[in-house]
Amino acid sequence: MTKEECKQVVLDIIAEIAPDEDLSNISPDVRLRDQLDLDSMDFLDIVMELRKQYGIEVPEEDYPQLASLDSCAEYLTPKFKEVSA
Amino acid sequence: METDRGDRHFDTIIIGCGMAGLAAGIRLAMYDRKVLILEKHSIPGGLNSFYSIAGRKFDVGLHAVTNVVPPGHKGTPLPSLLRQLRIPRDAFDLNPQRSSRIAFPGADLRFTNSFGLLEEEVDRQFPGQIEAFRRFRKRILEASPGEGTGVSSRGILAESLPDPLLREMLLCPIMYYGASTAHDIDFSLFVTLWKSVFEEGFGRPLAGIRTIIRALLDRYREVGGTRRMKCGVRRILVDEGIACGVELEDGEELTADRIISTAGEPETRILCGAGEEDPAVQENIGRLAFAETISILSRQPEELGIKDTIVFFNDSPLFHYEQAASDIDLRSGVICCPNNYAYPEGTSLDEGILRVTTIASYENWTAYSQPDYEEAKERWFSRMVESALNFLPGVDPELIRSSTVFRDMFTPRTVRKYTGRLGGAIYGAGRKSPDGTTGVENLFLAGTDQGLLGIVGAMFSGVTIANRHVLMAGRK
Ligand SMILES: Cc1cc2nc3c(=O)[nH]c(=O)nc-3n(C[C@H](O)[C@H](O)[C@H](O)COP(=O)(O)OP(=O)(O)OC[C@H]3O[C@@H](n4cnc5c(N)ncnc54)[C@H](O)[C@@H]3O)c2cc1C
Repeated sequence: MTKEECKQVVLDIIAEIAPDEDLSNISPDVRLRDQLDLDSMDFLDIVMELRKQYGIEVPEEDYPQLASLDSCAEYLTPKFKEVSA
Repeated sequence: METDRGDRHFDTIIIGCGMAGLAAGIRLAMYDRKVLILEKHSIPGGLNSFYSIAGRKFDVGLHAVTNVVPPGHKGTPLPSLLRQLRIPRDAFDLNPQRSSRIAFPGADLRFTNSFGLLEEEVDRQFPGQIEAFRRFRKRILEASPGEGTGVSSRGILAESLPDPLLREMLLCPIMYYGASTAHDIDFSLFVTLWKSVFEEGFGRPLAGIRTIIRALLDRYREVGGTRRMKCGVRRILVDEGIACGVELEDGEELTADRIISTAGEPETRILCGAGEEDPAVQENIGRLAFAETISILSRQPEELGIKDTIVFFNDSPLFHYEQAASDIDLRSGVICCPNNYAYPEGTSLDEGILRVTTIASYENWTAYSQPDYEEAKERWFSRMVESALNFLPGVDPELIRSSTVFRDMFTPRTVRKYTGRLGGAIYGAGRKSPDGTTGVENLFLAGTDQGLLGIVGAMFSGVTIANRHVLMAGRK
């Protein structure tokens, strides 16, 4: 999975958990929290969906890595590689 | 023959199919946990359930769903709860209140779901207090989560608002919609309740609590959760300080990695083996119990002069909120008129409904023999309605009496019978467990005795505890 695909995965998950958010203009390098109304419970759901849909585990101490789309891609791409290997 | 362990072992067992239990169940089933809700009664909903008498549908409690913000509004408990449960807002059918009131002798503060009206009312009726009131509100809005734990609200009110009557009036709805303690309330809870009542507001589904319970049950089924009704838990099985399962009333045993109890703190302690007379149980039983009258009216309340949605009343400048010394404490209470919500054009409730809540004595109501109990209900019904009507100026008591076509009343005895709440305490234990832990490993409290209550509060609590202690804790 490429970094771009990885970002799309995260966006698709956000669209599912927060259907009332407008995702058309997200800047990848800005914190998601600063662009969208997402609280810590929503971030938990991103983690839970990653586990449920892709078998990816994100331990609690790594939640900050999911702050922006860029940091998500950075952190998650290797994890996607691991699970698909 | 040995039953397959798979049928009798669960990731999580939830005790209670009320608001907290259902919300926790949805969260866990959504993320593929094998979850089972066990409920003593045949009907879900717990303290806010429903029933029918003579073809009429009743809600046990529902006056107002609190925390009701307009659709599209984000960042407060209701929208975040709906997101967590993935239930669309429309499924709860929340119609906003018209207007409510705090009625004390000589002062009347109206409020709606937009804060502006309350501010205007304070400005008009409490000359010179508005700046202090604004500063007090700012302090509340800026409080960080959990701030004010263990701090007296009366203390903070006294240092913030010079006018004693204003302080007492503001406490009245807050205490009535969520204080499990007499006279005063923890400031952190005050902040939560203030927001849920004054900043966010009241709403109600046209068809009452059934709409919300139906939405929760549908969602729970959709995500694969299972439940067993008429299936009381007799005992929580604890092995060397670790909860590992439950024994049901029929003797069957089920095991689980984790147990979430929504039965209450002292009630859960008893399930773990304590006696009802144990000091640790007794000292935490809530001492505030309530009675409620329900009058069904042949006309719409508005035609009879009742314009308010909810009225919080008190008969003197000092607000009375304490354990009742007699059957009923008539000095304060709440009037609710479920008809007076802004339902969509062309829809309304078929009949008029007037509900009156007061503080009542658990001891007195449970001591009555059955015939004396029926007789006492008859007697107090009229007195409760009459005392409440003093706070509805322009409403003719005689007209209300002659328009009443059906009555029902519940007392603390009813609450104990149907929900198992010790002391009939609707708002549960005096001491809460904010982090949901119990001292027994793998056993957690959600709902009322975790500290969040009311319909939205209890659901939110269920979600929080399921997240914190099961989903984030990972698999066993
Ligand atoms: C008359 C009344 C009016 C109210 N009005 C409002 C209102 O207008 N607005 C509002 O927001 N809130 C209102 N409330 C409060 C609100 O209903 C409660 O705060 C909320 O429903 C609590 O939910 P819960 O899940 O924490 O507890 P509960 O509803 O008590 O759920 C616990 C469940 O556990 C079950 N249980 C207990 N022991 C066992 C056992 N051993 N085995 C199996 N099951 C067991 C019980 O039967 C119950 O169903 C009202 C309550 C009452 C009683």
